[in-house]
Amino acid sequence: MSNLKIFTKGFVKENPTFSLLLGMCPTLGTTTSAVNGMSMGLATMFVLILSNIVISLIKNLIPDKVRIPAFIVVIATLVTLLQLFMEAYVPAIYETLGVFIPLIVVNCIILGRAEAFASKNTPFKSALDGAGIGVGFTFSLTLLGAAREFLGSASLFGHKFEALQPYGMLIFVLAPGAFIALSYLMVLFNKATAKIK
Amino acid sequence: MKSSLINMVMVLFLITLVCAAAIGGVYELTKEPIDAAKQAKQIAAISEVLPSFEKVGIPQEKSVDGDVVKIYEATSGGKVVGYAVETFSKNGFGGTIRIMVGFKADGTISGTSVISHSETPGLGDKIDKSKSDFSKQFEGQNPETFKLGVKKDGAGDVDAITAATISSRAFVDAVNRAYQQVKPYMED
Repeated sequence: MSNLKIFTKGFVKENPTFSLLLGMCPTLGTTTSAVNGMSMGLATMFVLILSNIVISLIKNLIPDKVRIPAFIVVIATLVTLLQLFMEAYVPAIYETLGVFIPLIVVNCIILGRAEAFASKNTPFKSALDGAGIGVGFTFSLTLLGAAREFLGSASLFGHKFEALQPYGMLIFVLAPGAFIALSYLMVLFNKATAKIK
Repeated sequence: MKSSLINMVMVLFLITLVCAAAIGGVYELTKEPIDAAKQAKQIAAISEVLPSFEKVGIPQEKSVDGDVVKIYEATSGGKVVGYAVETFSKNGFGGTIRIMVGFKADGTISGTSVISHSETPGLGDKIDKSKSDFSKQFEGQNPETFKLGVKKDGAGDVDAITAATISSRAFVDAVNRAYQQVKPYMED
């Protein structure tokens, strides 16, 4: 597989949200607005790239039977480091993302890429894979967040549409709305990309 | 790599050792900036709820309801201009809510600001000033005449946030706790 393809396959063909259906917990939980979705996507991408590189570097040292605990320890460490650095140097972003950051550890996309890709490929290819999947995840979460924010609170990226305010459907901000919005977006996404696949 | 008891134990031990060392190191490294950021945030929170002041004293800590309420006395030219009270409520929908409430010297609420909360995004987080005007209804009100209770409950004069009555009640509870603690200072 060419390097370009490794990077771009995460956008559509192996889009973690709409095609692989991985990482549903943060997808449903954090996409109450476009900005929240995007922030979660970017934070996940950061951890994904780093964890893919680290796991690819140490893949030959890990005995097969304990590879999952080894991966999880590496991922949890990276997330904790990210959290500490963010709290220290970018407190404003840490504030908005605060509760979401520890959630990255249990995101099965990261463990999935470690197991399916990084443990079999070179660090460079693993980094590309992490970046590609990360971009796909960020795009999906932003899209879902934007849809829920627009339908639920009649605003987009925090910008309020005054004329539409009375028509906001609160259910889209709540948990059931997450499932409804996700399922319809999934249908549209797979319909639109059926040819590319 | 083929697994054997010895290499499994060794590898896991090494990985956890390296990870623990990395976290410990970074914790030490970031401790100071994190404390500085927290302190800066506290000063910013105080100046957000109080009109201009020159100096903030060391906070008086009061233990109430199993937690601590901190009272900062703000002075200007040796005269007390108001009190900033760091207060809390444990009745939030998602746990403890911490807010800063500013009182002028006559007991009027000059402003409120949320320090931390874990309310539902899109609903309960509207207690935050940046998300809705809910908290602005307290400004310029004196709790002597403005009853601190949710209107819907028939308990007071506060309009609750739609679909977030629990968060609104908790916010009112926190403001009320601040007022009860700061009241003795006003009467001096």
